[in-house]
Amino acid sequence: MKKEIDPVLQMRHITKTFGSVTANRDVDLSVYPGEIHALLGENGAGKSTLMNILTGIYRPDGGEIWYKGQKRDIHSPKDAVALGIGMVHQHFRLIPTLTVAENVYLYSGKKSFFLNRDKMEKEIRECSEQYNLQVAPEAYVWQLSVGEQQRVEIIKLLNQGAEVLILDEPSAVLTPQEAQSMFDTLRKMADSGKAVIVISHKMNEVMKNADRITVLKNGRVEDTMPASEADVERLTRGIVGVRTLPEHDKEQPSPEEPAQAGQQPSPEEPAQAGQQPSPEEPAQAGQQISPEEPAQGAQQTSTAMEEEKKHMCGEEIFFMEGVSAQNDRGLPALKKISLSVRAGEIFGIAGVAGNGQRELSEVIAGLRPVTEGRVLLAGKDLSKATVKQHILEGIAFIPEDRLQTGLVPELTFTENIILKSYETDRYSRRGILQKQNMRSDAEEYAGRFDIRHGGLDLPVGLMSGGNQQKLLFAREVSGDPRLITATYPVRGLDIGAAESIRGILREQSRKGAAVIFISEELEEIFAMCDRVGVLCDGELMGIRTIGETDFQEIGRMMSGEREETK
Amino acid sequence: MIRNLRFRKRTSVSISRRILTPIIFVLLAFVFCGFLLAAVGSDPFAVYARMMKTVCSYSGLTRSIEAGIPLMLTGLAVSFGYRMNLNNIGADGQYALGSLFCIGFALYGPVMPAPLKILCMFLVSMLGGALAALIAAFPKAKWGVNETILTMMLNYIFLYVMDFLMYGPWKERNQMVAQTRAIREKYWLPDLGDSGINSVLLIVIAIAILLYFFHTRTTWGYEMEVIRQSPRAAQYAGMSVAKATLLVLCASGAIAGLAGFAQVAGIIHRVQANLPNGAGYTGIVIAFLAGLNPIVVLLVGFLFGALQISAVAVQLIGVPSQVAAMIQGTIMLFVVAGEFFNRYELVGRKK
Repeated sequence: MKKEIDPVLQMRHITKTFGSVTANRDVDLSVYPGEIHALLGENGAGKSTLMNILTGIYRPDGGEIWYKGQKRDIHSPKDAVALGIGMVHQHFRLIPTLTVAENVYLYSGKKSFFLNRDKMEKEIRECSEQYNLQVAPEAYVWQLSVGEQQRVEIIKLLNQGAEVLILDEPSAVLTPQEAQSMFDTLRKMADSGKAVIVISHKMNEVMKNADRITVLKNGRVEDTMPASEADVERLTRGIVGVRTLPEHDKEQPSPEEPAQAGQQPSPEEPAQAGQQPSPEEPAQAGQQISPEEPAQGAQQTSTAMEEEKKHMCGEEIFFMEGVSAQNDRGLPALKKISLSVRAGEIFGIAGVAGNGQRELSEVIAGLRPVTEGRVLLAGKDLSKATVKQHILEGIAFIPEDRLQTGLVPELTFTENIILKSYETDRYSRRGILQKQNMRSDAEEYAGRFDIRHGGLDLPVGLMSGGNQQKLLFAREVSGDPRLITATYPVRGLDIGAAESIRGILREQSRKGAAVIFISEELEEIFAMCDRVGVLCDGELMGIRTIGETDFQEIGRMMSGEREETK
Repeated sequence: MIRNLRFRKRTSVSISRRILTPIIFVLLAFVFCGFLLAAVGSDPFAVYARMMKTVCSYSGLTRSIEAGIPLMLTGLAVSFGYRMNLNNIGADGQYALGSLFCIGFALYGPVMPAPLKILCMFLVSMLGGALAALIAAFPKAKWGVNETILTMMLNYIFLYVMDFLMYGPWKERNQMVAQTRAIREKYWLPDLGDSGINSVLLIVIAIAILLYFFHTRTTWGYEMEVIRQSPRAAQYAGMSVAKATLLVLCASGAIAGLAGFAQVAGIIHRVQANLPNGAGYTGIVIAFLAGLNPIVVLLVGFLFGALQISAVAVQLIGVPSQVAAMIQGTIMLFVVAGEFFNRYELVGRKK
């Protein structure tokens, strides 16, 4: 029935590049009045860029926008508003010291010299009754909860006369109950003939609440479908890509990393494995190479054998027992997480971003307080320990935000390498910095990890992202850490840099470090890790051994389906 | 076409540009003030000539240094705080409390050998300044209360405490002026030979060099720099931002408090009502102009001292002495504006 109506909005062949990065490539999008249209995709898939083009924040490099049957040029957000296109950004644009009515009025375009408070408030009350957007017009914005602020943003758009409403990850800041009531409101608006576009990366939410779904991947439209035809499998395929099980190349020298592989000839591996044959391991390993899986072919068998070696090469060193923690807003972000990681193991954390990954990594690094449960490293309880104690215990941490948290962009290469060890004897004698040692170590790091820098005395903010990450890794692994937590370590890096980063992680795991590898890319997790745990909404949905699971299963777990353990 | 011009952030700034830009803008500030002087009916050339003449004599030089010493110390204090993004607007009050501690100890403290007494005066004036800063530092470190407002408001409190003592219990008897009596001559810091320059200048220079060394060579200086540039990275590295905030603000206050010591032990040997006379605020200007570099603070402090004494001199030809404050303010505005050209350059649009 919807097909008979003309689309209110069409984006045709939209292309947008930033420098060498293509954010949108030949994107087509049609939105019909009366529908909730979901844009699904990973971070960096181009969802926000596309919407920023629609609202006039960016100009497209190519392509056309048709609105109500006419081709339109949208030069500025003002143009978009005049047409009736409005957006609720992820970070709200409200003025906290003004009231709800004042905030709405500020954008309404119906300005007169005298404020008519009663009229303003009456208009807002009518609007909130019509769409069930409960908010008191006379309240100050700073008094409101995030959910209420979001409602104010929506009222603002309606008051501007928006026909197309765009919401950027509207449920990210809400509790599940709040999110449901928000979607009910959106449905009401759609029923009254408006078009609603929702940017999201939560599959379940989208399948439940949207009418149509468009999946973006790497700036292209990967798939578009009515919500009724969507299922987790199809969406996962769209978001993550074509489902080929990648080689489990953890121990196999791949052609991209000849240097690394050359240093570590494979023959040393069996020797290492042989050194620590603990009695209980063979049984477990035996299960994996048991004849129940011969159908998977030779490659899978060799994978299983890698698994066997791996499992024999270390004891469980890191434990989390029922750990809970809160996010920055004080809401539960981790719910009773229990896991253990072996020395020499690479343990993957899969999941859609924003499901507790950041909080998990910060808890492990000691940056976020544990509200419940225990964190143990080699038998030592670290749940109450300071960040410094975590560092001294040998916990290395590659944070998500490498340039602002992991490094200090304004400081030089040399100054950044001592960030965590500036108090050690090597760099400090009676409080005086040992510049020669700093310099020689910096030179050594640059050589050993092939870090290209314009000069050791230049701010690292000027270096490329790949080299910044290599510098961060060089520093973090320099003290032979016992546990490395790497959060999205190759996000945004080019292939070469990404491969060297993976090489460093593999090398550290061979040396016996336990590695926790947080990633959104399932291919990468399957290629790197021994086991994988899946986070969804702060819960650990389950832990699987790579080689005994596949993308479908992990994808289902990512979307919140709890699989009964085999 | 103007539309095709835009500002672009400079990636690097040459040393000569960094030195020349502020000098040019200081000169522009004088030109601008010349117009203001002409507007109120003075001959700007006569005024500037008189000012130059005052400064360019030997006694002008020593008096400039004398007037500059408290300014150097407040400048050092403020720039030390700014080195960790802490706005210490309270150097005036810290200076006041430091001088009160110092004079109180000198006049009413125990009798002891002169060197020891002077050392103790040195320490208690730092203590006074640090305590004045602590009142703002503790809430800042503990609850993140805005230190700008706290330190600024505390100025009034300490200046009124000072007034109370100067007009009340500590007032010199049989004198019209609101001031304490002078400390005993044996507790005076000596002049440097016959130069007429007090040896407290050496202490100030030593502090500036120490601070420079502190910033560039020590682990604490490193820690301050990391916290200044990225508090999140500091947290990640296990540094305690709260502890550093507390210590740095108190240290900043202690340096400002030393201005009181310089006055009591070195220059006027007593305390007068309103002794700081806005030195804490001038210190903010100095810190900025000096780019937070302690060594440059000495130079700028001296120049501002010269400006103040020359402004007093031009009163004789009928120009209000507030002209110094006017020029100070104008210099500040011009140099800040000039800083823009250090950061950005005007380029034609590419497309």
